[in-house]
Amino acid sequence: MGEILCLKSVSLTYQAENGEVEALKDINFTVNEGEIISIIGPSGCGKTTLLSLISGLESPTSGEVRVGGHVVKGVTDKIGYMLQKDNLLDWRTIRSNTLLGLEIRKMLCNATVDYADDLLKTYGLWEFRNMRPSQLSGGMRQRAALIRTLAAKPGLLLLDESFSALDYQTRLAVTDDVYGIIKRVKIPAILVTHDISDGISMADRLIVLTKRPASISRDIKIEFSRSEIMSPLQRRNDPLFREYFNLIWKELDVHE
Amino acid sequence: MNKQIICAVSSQRRKYLVKNRRQKIMTLVCQFSLLFITIFLWEALARVGIIDSFIMSQPTRILRVVTDFRNNNLLLHIGVTFFETIVGFAIGVILGNLIALALWYSGFLSKVLYPYLVVINALPKIALGPVIIIWVGAGMQAVIVMALAISLVVTIMEMLNGFKNTDAELIKMAKTFGAGRIQTFVKIVFPSNLPTLFNCLKINIGLSLVGVIAGEFLVSRAGLGYLIVYGGQVFQMDLVMTSVFILAVLASVLYYGIVLLESFVMKIFSHKK
Repeated sequence: MGEILCLKSVSLTYQAENGEVEALKDINFTVNEGEIISIIGPSGCGKTTLLSLISGLESPTSGEVRVGGHVVKGVTDKIGYMLQKDNLLDWRTIRSNTLLGLEIRKMLCNATVDYADDLLKTYGLWEFRNMRPSQLSGGMRQRAALIRTLAAKPGLLLLDESFSALDYQTRLAVTDDVYGIIKRVKIPAILVTHDISDGISMADRLIVLTKRPASISRDIKIEFSRSEIMSPLQRRNDPLFREYFNLIWKELDVHE
Repeated sequence: MNKQIICAVSSQRRKYLVKNRRQKIMTLVCQFSLLFITIFLWEALARVGIIDSFIMSQPTRILRVVTDFRNNNLLLHIGVTFFETIVGFAIGVILGNLIALALWYSGFLSKVLYPYLVVINALPKIALGPVIIIWVGAGMQAVIVMALAISLVVTIMEMLNGFKNTDAELIKMAKTFGAGRIQTFVKIVFPSNLPTLFNCLKINIGLSLVGVIAGEFLVSRAGLGYLIVYGGQVFQMDLVMTSVFILAVLASVLYYGIVLLESFVMKIFSHKK
């Protein structure tokens, strides 16, 4: 399996007027093709910072981040980054929102627009394409935001607590939804969350971070007994789910 | 359409709607009555002699001045004031937005200039009148610069404040797609500040008018401000009062022009409302 992402002893220290803050300390891990990885850690430990580094929004103080073998320098179109909120622009229609990423990257052409439209059709938003984000439900908005990210065909998807703004029921549904999409598009993904259940329900591998300065305390492979792919909801009902939950709970507890 | 809705509702709802409607009509009736009673009393008291119409003028005299517009060049004066206001306003809005953009673009520049902006903003711009006249020359250009001086700094401050308070998450989203500073501005910051812009326009149209009238007080051969000063000097209160009334009408027309423009733009911009 090909290596998509590789972090080598990455550290980041923020400089501020009232001192310096060590956010990340010696982070090492790799992501392979088709893998979904959850990163879990106590809130404020630097999870979002980690994603910012991978996406190229920020640069590490030391160490290096490689995507597809190349060191990350600034934002590239190889990475799709989905933030916590859907951040759809209400002055644009859903369709025009899904094209925003392509527009900014100056990649608008018939082929890319057709691809984005196909995504809208596949994921049931085509009838809503001319509506405004405020007219759609939270789950649909999140799907539109995902399509906006996927339209540029990223090689790696980053999800930053992308479902935490939704209510519990919608979150379960959207998680299932997004999981299905990611698996179908076969795109490797890193999702950051503080919710243990969310993490286990989607991930092939789970990385537990310590408190700030964040470093990796555990890298756990998540394997459910059944051979076929299980949806996040099915996973939640599996007896193994509890075991993983307790394991990670303890792991997080150790560092409290 | 409205009737259909009323037919299909419960009796409580109908009662509420009727009450609501009655209240609206009452408000309108009272508003008009207030205006007519004031005008009527003014006229009546002036005719009886309780009010000295030489000092206070009188509605019929004002009407006479208005209807005499062919001989007293009233239309020219209105036109001049209107033109100066629109030009000063337009330059103020465009220039103000460009400067606000520059300050938003460069955080350093913004930090350096901020205290100066605050001081200039607090300064009563009318104090600059004589300076402006000497610098740009007496005439229409001085009036326009006066209007500009009054509205420009407010525009810069308001817009810059709006730009800086744009939802940081939206900006971060644009950045994740690799948006540069200008792209971020065009696609995110400016569109999300359209409401700020229209608020600013509403304030500015009034301020521009203040600037124009102040400018016309100082230097001019035409305009409503000139008429007011002239009327005061030759003790023609009819002329002064007429100009003040026309000014009130002009100010509201300009203001509602902006309101119309806003609803038009917002309709194109979003389906809501």
